Amino acid sequence: MAIFIDADTRLVVQGITGRDGSFHTREMIEYGTQVVAGVTPGKGGQTFEGPNGVSVPIFNAMDEAVSTTGANTSVIYVPPAFAADAILEAADSGVGLVVAITEGVPVLDMARAHAFARDRGVRVLGPNCPGLISPGKSKVGILPGQIVAEGPVGVVSRSGTLTYEAVFQLTSAGLGQTTCVGIGGDPLIGTNFIDCLEAFEADNDTTAVVMIGEIGGTDEQEAAVFVSEKMTKPVVGFIAGRTAPPGRRMGHAGAIISGSAGTAEEKIKTFEENGIAVAQRPADIVGLLQAATN
Amino acid sequence: MDIHEYQAKERFVAAGIPVPPGRVVTTPEDAEAAAAEFGGMVVVKAQVHSGGRGKAGGVKLAKDAAEAREHALNILGMDINGLTVGKVLVTLAEDIETEAYAGVLVDRKSQAVTFMISAEGGVDIEEVAHSSPDAIRKLSVDPRYGILPHQAYWLANFLYDDPRLIKQTSRILMQLYDAFIDSGASMAEINPLITTPSGEVKAIDAKMSIDDSELFRRPDVAAMRDTSSEPASEIKAREAGLSYVKLDGNVGCCVNGAGLAMATMDLVKYYGGDPANFLDIGGSSNPDKVVSALEIITSDPNVKVILFNIFGGITRCDDVANGIVEAIKRIDIKPPIVIRLTGTNEELALEILAQAGFSAYTSMDEVVEKAVELAGVA
Repeated sequence: MAIFIDADTRLVVQGITGRDGSFHTREMIEYGTQVVAGVTPGKGGQTFEGPNGVSVPIFNAMDEAVSTTGANTSVIYVPPAFAADAILEAADSGVGLVVAITEGVPVLDMARAHAFARDRGVRVLGPNCPGLISPGKSKVGILPGQIVAEGPVGVVSRSGTLTYEAVFQLTSAGLGQTTCVGIGGDPLIGTNFIDCLEAFEADNDTTAVVMIGEIGGTDEQEAAVFVSEKMTKPVVGFIAGRTAPPGRRMGHAGAIISGSAGTAEEKIKTFEENGIAVAQRPADIVGLLQAATN
Repeated sequence: MDIHEYQAKERFVAAGIPVPPGRVVTTPEDAEAAAAEFGGMVVVKAQVHSGGRGKAGGVKLAKDAAEAREHALNILGMDINGLTVGKVLVTLAEDIETEAYAGVLVDRKSQAVTFMISAEGGVDIEEVAHSSPDAIRKLSVDPRYGILPHQAYWLANFLYDDPRLIKQTSRILMQLYDAFIDSGASMAEINPLITTPSGEVKAIDAKMSIDDSELFRRPDVAAMRDTSSEPASEIKAREAGLSYVKLDGNVGCCVNGAGLAMATMDLVKYYGGDPANFLDIGGSSNPDKVVSALEIITSDPNVKVILFNIFGGITRCDDVANGIVEAIKRIDIKPPIVIRLTGTNEELALEILAQAGFSAYTSMDEVVEKAVELAGVA
């Protein structure tokens, strides 16, 4: 098993003909993801020629793509100015999961898009996220397929490359993963830590979870309380940004300490108070995980 | 992006919020002229992107135009938390009966634009939220409808009993919402919102932050950027499309991805060093970005060593390697460079670097330890 995506995931790529969209569509097909449709307005009727002889039909709009191909998940690579509209269109098309990779979507656009998706019972992952991968089954987004391996560890993170670092170390130590999820670095995200922890707790194949947070907001603190109250599986944590100065945005729009709230210290303390072992360095995650699962 | 008080007040006035008359000036003479024109007592307020202006002596009451000139003379050029004051706002002083707080921000918890109202004005609202949360009334706005009249009334009713004050405040809150949305803000604050003895409600201070992702479609707001308070290196970084924050240490960091960049800084500290900066070269594989990054890092005289930590995903290691080689040809780099590269096209990158006389590490811990050691020696 895995969470959110698996071998039955049928993916439609919004923005399939763009630079990022086409590159990552090839990567996803190469990994084994069932990419069943692409959407680019004005290019309906054409096909996208992927690797391994895979040919993907392109549609002008999402409803056509979904009704024709039975897609159940979408991934969005469209530019920031149009990304929120793409999410709204996806949420109206019948897919159950929308993965928004785009960085730099205006937050007020996302406030509307999230409310719209929630009303329709559609899960949004992101925006400004690397997507997710269920090793050996499906990859949706931009996570590099070569660093993951099948196994029992769930990974959830606000970051992209820091997740790669952690996953790479897990895989090198022989600890494979059920699913690795990047929830995104924006202030308003559709799927938060608790949503992922809940899904990992319910997933029979996941035996432990690695949770990677960073400065800004209170998502990690709330997740820590959830872990101690609702989870039976061990969780190991890491928080980036111990050295980040207050009031400065550290790359991610959501990574900012406002006043005295959202510091790494506060998050680490809450993790520890709730029984989550916190790694000092990314290299310590493996050891803590092994200790927690023995 | 933060905007100044006088700029936020311009947005407020455009939305209809009552604000005392004021003018932003850059010389004591103009401050005097403005005060003379307004008549009566004025407040001279430093316009810098920093809290604690009052404590630092950057906000002064003047009884007449001559005193306004004197205050402006003292405040202009003053250093407030490392920022030099280049402009002051001269504004008519109001008689204050009560002070309250009214703010609106993007709230992560409720995933919505949220109002925060408190009768405790002129204080740090986060402090109030922490110490006495009952003193704050909150309202999350449904983006489909915006703030509705009865909701604004419900908020205002938390502050006052007098129906005239409630009515004025309700209107101000709806106008504040308009100003917030029309500016693409992430935060807008009236602190304090005052009542006068004659029963008027006014905004006497204004604070606003803009969502950087809005600027591409709001040129009028983007034009409000004041680069005079930013380090030159940060301006250059923004123009080059890099995320850069200058810090005080001596280990220059160049990393792909914000999370990994923070974790790299933390690891520098863990091994006893001090990071000179946060720098995310982003996901794209453009060697020119690496060149710009190196120019920015080396412009900081504190930097004793340059540390690359690259985990190739979308970023191709060979592109970064080419960027490093190119930068060395174009600019004179004195500090030693230590490199960690792993992931996409790693082998190719190692070949490129080897030809230029560099070796690279594959572990993040090794390269950080080495960088800290070199920073200590240099």
